[in-house]
Amino acid sequence: MNPAEIQAAVLEAPSAGKAKTGSTRRDRKRALYWSYFFLVLFVVFFLTPPIYMMITSLKSSAEIGAITNPWWVYAPTLENYWALLGSEQYLTFFKNSAIVSVVVVIITMLISIPAAFALARMKFWGSAALGMGVFLTYLIPETLLFIPLFKIFAWVQETLGIEVMNHYWVLMVIYPTLTVPFCTWIMIGYFASIPKELDEAALIDGASYLQILTKIFIPVALPGIIAATIFAFTVSWADFLYPMAFTTSADQLVLPAGIVTILIRGDVYAWGQIMAGCLLGALPPLLIYAFLMDYYIAGLTAGATKG
Amino acid sequence: MAQVNLHKVVKHYDETPAVRGIDLDIADKEFVVLVGPSGCGKTTTLRMIAGLEDITGGEIRIGGDVVNDMPPKDRDIAMVFQNYALYPHMTVHENMSFGLRLKKVPRDEIDRRVGSVADILGIRELLARKPKQLSGGQRQRVAMGRAIVRHPKVFLFDEPLSNLDAKLRVHMRTEIKKVHQKVRTTTVYVTHDQVEAMTLADRVVVMNGGRIEQVGSPNDLYHSPATQFVAGFIGSPAMNMVSCGLEETAGALRVRINADTAFPVPAERTARYRAYAGKPNLVFGLRPEHVTELRSPVAPGQCPFEITVDVIEPLGIETLVFFSLNGIETCARTNPLANLQPGKRAQLMADLRYMHLMDGESGRVL
Repeated sequence: MNPAEIQAAVLEAPSAGKAKTGSTRRDRKRALYWSYFFLVLFVVFFLTPPIYMMITSLKSSAEIGAITNPWWVYAPTLENYWALLGSEQYLTFFKNSAIVSVVVVIITMLISIPAAFALARMKFWGSAALGMGVFLTYLIPETLLFIPLFKIFAWVQETLGIEVMNHYWVLMVIYPTLTVPFCTWIMIGYFASIPKELDEAALIDGASYLQILTKIFIPVALPGIIAATIFAFTVSWADFLYPMAFTTSADQLVLPAGIVTILIRGDVYAWGQIMAGCLLGALPPLLIYAFLMDYYIAGLTAGATKG
Repeated sequence: MAQVNLHKVVKHYDETPAVRGIDLDIADKEFVVLVGPSGCGKTTTLRMIAGLEDITGGEIRIGGDVVNDMPPKDRDIAMVFQNYALYPHMTVHENMSFGLRLKKVPRDEIDRRVGSVADILGIRELLARKPKQLSGGQRQRVAMGRAIVRHPKVFLFDEPLSNLDAKLRVHMRTEIKKVHQKVRTTTVYVTHDQVEAMTLADRVVVMNGGRIEQVGSPNDLYHSPATQFVAGFIGSPAMNMVSCGLEETAGALRVRINADTAFPVPAERTARYRAYAGKPNLVFGLRPEHVTELRSPVAPGQCPFEITVDVIEPLGIETLVFFSLNGIETCARTNPLANLQPGKRAQLMADLRYMHLMDGESGRVL
């Protein structure tokens, strides 16, 4: 027999036990049905609110108030979007949000990456306890922190004379308290998964610790760093409590706080604009996610096989 | 190019000793293999030479300079790791040139050196690929290339072949030997595989329990082991060892295995062994190739004996015959034509000119 014949024979062999493969195929099919069932359930559950937002944002105020089918737009209009995009205030919120989020991402990465590298690789006295401490910090909710933060800001104002309240840059200082612990923690995991021999090889090749970090760890752990970036951006873009508590003037507000401040006047809700504003506000994280996702998955599969 | 000297080198992990005082002088251009069972301290020793582990005590010199507190990058060494440790995000060319680029070697010089090393290793067509696109053997070559390209004083190999399949391992072993013949750099090579050690080394260092058991050429270790451990570790199938007594009758010595079996000690060994007659805890050692089927005429120093065959393993060129001696499995290498059968009585012949007598207590070969 030549190799091709042998291969053919080997491939044919399982057909003898047809009943068995039939049952595994049936099992697989059943598992697939259930997977699809739950996936559809999740899609409906999570996509309904944004779709409802989009439908509502395309309606005029009159249509929103009218008793019609809420799931259908009878007279679609973009007036809500034009109103927002023509509004100085909304664009200011957008700009403030963008500045805050980008700066927070940069600060977070500048702190988290070296911190994670140190905690994952340089065994020093108390490094394990520090790593655990970083994680525990993340578990404290912001609802517990914002009142103590008021006290701290008051103290800063009294002793240093710096008015912290009602400036959007204060968010750049306090958002990292949310993002740094979590980002450090997931990157410790990523860095720890890089084989020890890789830094030893680099060490022997003549690299300093900083070069090992920049030339080996950051490129190899890029999927983890991107995941952390997405997280840090999303948190600082979407956080609601801190901006509501610490900023009040219209020119200092970021998007989440801004939308509820200018579009809800007393008990009058500008529903159409609120929906349009939220949808537009959700766009940047969505875009970042979509673009980085390709990279993210490419990176994940590259590291998956044994090196 | 440089010699490496270890002087009373000790390594403790917390309180656990890993290396208990090693003295070793490695000459320039020499290929030295550290071999031993896992946990014997061979890898720790290598990593101390590399500077990846602190030295608890003693002194290490490379090229005459004490390097105890010198960081790895200043020691001018290159290391090949068991799992290759190639940088996964770099191409083969970038992997090989990483060290040179850090040293700011000019670009055309880097290309020239990477190119010539790639030619030596036959990986020129792989230079643009990433490690994940390479097979195990190719990765191994790249890892070696990365070491060679830097023209270091010393090469360090940490079990570089143990991740390869058996056939490729034999092939790469030859490759490493060829490369060393071309590049002639002082090399320290760690392995747990005694065949690898024997085939590659100018000198083999057998380690056990954090100490050096014996240093010598492959043939020295095989034919004149200094300790019972070396005798048992080097050689495959391993040397047969049976506890025995040493009797003296009328000036002649006999090795008493049991009531039925005793071997006369050849006349030229009598003087060497006489002092141990009647002593307890003696061990008799004889390599399987010195136990054969009965061949005539029986030369002086050879002695026939009878056993019951337990198992036979035909290997084509020879047939291994296993039998029990004092309850210990013992191996003979016989001619396939002798056609010994399991379960049957058979006449074998021991060639006592190659016997070893060991002190079971101190582990020394007498």
